[in-house]
Amino acid sequence: MFAFIAKRLGLALLVALAVSMVAFALVRLSGDVASAIAGEGARAEDLELVRRTYGLDRPLIVQYLDWLWRTLQGDFGSSLYFKTDVIGLVIDKFPTTLLLGILSLLFALLISIPLGVAAAVYQNSWIDRLALALAVVGQALPNFFFALLLIMLFSIQLRWLPVSGSGSWAHFVMPTIALGYYIAPAFMRLTRAGMVEVLSADYIRTARAKGLPGRSVVFKHALRNAVVPVVALAAVQLGFLLGGSVVIETIFALDGLGYLAYQSITHKDFPVTQAVVMLLSVFYVLLTLAADIANAWLDPRIRVA
Amino acid sequence: MAEATLQIAEPIQPTEGARLRGRVFGQKSLTIGLGIVALIAAIALLAPLLAPYDPYAQDLTRRLIPPFWYPKGSWLHPLGTDNLGRDYLSRTLYGARISLLIGLSVMVISGLIGTTMGLVAGYFGGRVDLLITFLITTRLAMPVILFALAVVALLGGSLLVVILTLGLLKWDRFAVVMRSATQQTRSLDYVAAAEAAGASTARIVLGEVLPNIAPHLIVVATVEAASAILLEAALSFLGLGVQPPLPSWGLMIAEAKAYMFFSFWLIAIPGTALALLVFGINLAGDGLRDAIAPDGRG
Repeated sequence: MFAFIAKRLGLALLVALAVSMVAFALVRLSGDVASAIAGEGARAEDLELVRRTYGLDRPLIVQYLDWLWRTLQGDFGSSLYFKTDVIGLVIDKFPTTLLLGILSLLFALLISIPLGVAAAVYQNSWIDRLALALAVVGQALPNFFFALLLIMLFSIQLRWLPVSGSGSWAHFVMPTIALGYYIAPAFMRLTRAGMVEVLSADYIRTARAKGLPGRSVVFKHALRNAVVPVVALAAVQLGFLLGGSVVIETIFALDGLGYLAYQSITHKDFPVTQAVVMLLSVFYVLLTLAADIANAWLDPRIRVA
Repeated sequence: MAEATLQIAEPIQPTEGARLRGRVFGQKSLTIGLGIVALIAAIALLAPLLAPYDPYAQDLTRRLIPPFWYPKGSWLHPLGTDNLGRDYLSRTLYGARISLLIGLSVMVISGLIGTTMGLVAGYFGGRVDLLITFLITTRLAMPVILFALAVVALLGGSLLVVILTLGLLKWDRFAVVMRSATQQTRSLDYVAAAEAAGASTARIVLGEVLPNIAPHLIVVATVEAASAILLEAALSFLGLGVQPPLPSWGLMIAEAKAYMFFSFWLIAIPGTALALLVFGINLAGDGLRDAIAPDGRG
């Protein structure tokens, strides 16, 4: 187990390093950073001054190592657009995005697990078909379009929820639904598949033979086992949700990391873009690492591989 | 360690869901899905003949006319006009071209990259596999939409930039699925037989392994095409995809957002078109998989 964790940790570190190179290269190689900082219509002398001040005249590898060293110390530089410390900005917005991610995940689990269980228990019934139809339609619906439909219904027609902003819990309702519904089908299918398999297992027949009530068999015995892969998937999906928050946060002007990333990209505020990309990637790497270790702990066969 | 990583990366596999979908639509799913895709493809090809107006022609005296089913609608503009007085039916029909072009070209580019990586990793194993697994893991750690947004913002939005960006980003699923499929196929008797017969590596990989994992490839290809179409729409919706005045469905929704309250059809029409196309592709992919691998394991 220790060797397994050490190996996975090594891989996670290498991946994080590789992502840092891509994040660095992404911004430095594809545009003239100096003119982005100096603004449009800057004179040649100004550009030269900017290059020297920001150290942009040094070789790329030196710039990368310098950037990496400062990044490791938590210094992401300062924002060109917001004119503040990037690290403070990012730390300020991260809780909103993390909250949105967790709420969306809970929302997805809340609708998908009961539906998946019902679909498995009543296989081929109308419930099964309904769950399936919902999943198929849900996966075809673009999330930004669905978000606009929600705004149309809840904000414009019913006037129940605010269109945009992030002041209160009410501001999180529509973003949560718009972000969470998209991953629900995957959970629903995994739950249904797991339940179908578990329900035909010997220990379930034993439980039924002992005369335990059906409800207790389904929820206490079967679900507990069927839900293990769902939990593993949930950790990874949280990473996807944080990445996908860019679109949803921008639509609802929810003041999180995704919206910050969108603003930084449109304003060519590259230190902020780099920081958000790095943070989300490293967070994803940590989540998969945790999921792998949890899986290996639950299933010893994985450790050998 | 590679195994553990890739097990995490594979929940995307559509097998179980596809099987379920197959139960609802039975043998009809392939027909319905292909029918929808064929219809939209025909619309895309014949757009110049079908469209009643030039999709770019503005007429500021005829702005925001509602579709025919509204009391104020008229058959002159069956789906109404947008805020610049452009005929919405014509724009929607032409929009099919952009979505299909994106779906197809991203699928081909990412498919070539991912399939090559998956075949090489699965066939050779060892250090090569370790390196490619590392590349896949790194790619998975980068949030696609964020990277695509940043690249398009830096290079400037155009159809070509969007296609190349998505094509170079979305090879991961091809690589993951092709890698494990190749690993399974590699140990089968006919591969060993070809090796014993002295066939070259290229012949074995392309002639023996690839045809036998083609069903997997088709399923991933449909999933990826659908996902590329949704991504382009999202990028264009955020203003960092294809640029105006191109009639991309995502861009049309973005332009209509400000008029949503009084002119809801402006977002409903391109949104429905997008959902229908993606639905059709998903359905056709499931049907194809069932037809090729009836045991449901394809």
